[in-house]
Amino acid sequence: MWQYEKKLQYPVNIKNSNPKLAMAIISQLGGPDGELAASLRYLNQRYSMPYDEVKGLLTDIGTEELAHVEMISAILYQLTRNLSIDEIKKSGFDTYFVDHTTGIYPIAASGAPFTATYFQSKGDIITDLTENLAAEQKARTTYDNILRLADDPDVRDPIKFLREREIVHFQRFGEALRITQDKLNAKNFYACNPSFDKNCGNKRK
Amino acid sequence: MNEKELMMKIKKYDFALKELNLYLDTHPNCRKALELFKKYKALKEEAEKEYIENFGPITPQQSRNSQRWDWVDGSWPWERR
Repeated sequence: MWQYEKKLQYPVNIKNSNPKLAMAIISQLGGPDGELAASLRYLNQRYSMPYDEVKGLLTDIGTEELAHVEMISAILYQLTRNLSIDEIKKSGFDTYFVDHTTGIYPIAASGAPFTATYFQSKGDIITDLTENLAAEQKARTTYDNILRLADDPDVRDPIKFLREREIVHFQRFGEALRITQDKLNAKNFYACNPSFDKNCGNKRK
Repeated sequence: MNEKELMMKIKKYDFALKELNLYLDTHPNCRKALELFKKYKALKEEAEKEYIENFGPITPQQSRNSQRWDWVDGSWPWERR
């Protein structure tokens, strides 16, 4: 189970609204490499993991991603406060505003709504961990792009924190993959699925 | 210490604990990390106790007020202070 803690993982204090920037950052909420997809990816993959260290890691990173969903949502909320109709029209925020006013809704920057097709849970530890390594790098690139678009230091600060977390998670998933490969049967050099193929690597016996 | 400073202190301890937590997941026999986890957990618990006494609960189960359900009071994390 989960219990909510009334605090952000890292502070978000943005003084000036900027709806145009919010429309780019929203991709890290509901976009293809966003925090919501990350959380659902890891929390769903846990069940078919054969090794305890990896079950733990997916649970703990999946939980941290939920805290990142909340941080991104806080950034979006603070960037879209006290807007005049004039600002909404001029910034191009009107296309979001017409459907959601200033409510927080998970979409990509392109406007495409969040979809489970953004992640996989393949039931194969090698496949899933390799997907996760790529996912962390894709999210890191998205944060790099947001940092190229954002000038406001109040926005850049929490975005830099989130970017660093992608790097730490990549590191830990790399270690999980190493642990997995160490534990696989030495004859299993084709890395067939230890979650499903019970006699993996020893078919003739 | 005011609310903002104390909350920042708790967040710093939480961060150290989260980092150690993930590290220990893939290095469960690292004694140095286990020792650090224990150290920061004690510091966090102390800071959190002080926070709850002065500024209210961080989780619903920490609510201690018998007059009012103070879990709903105060600003929520996404609101700028």
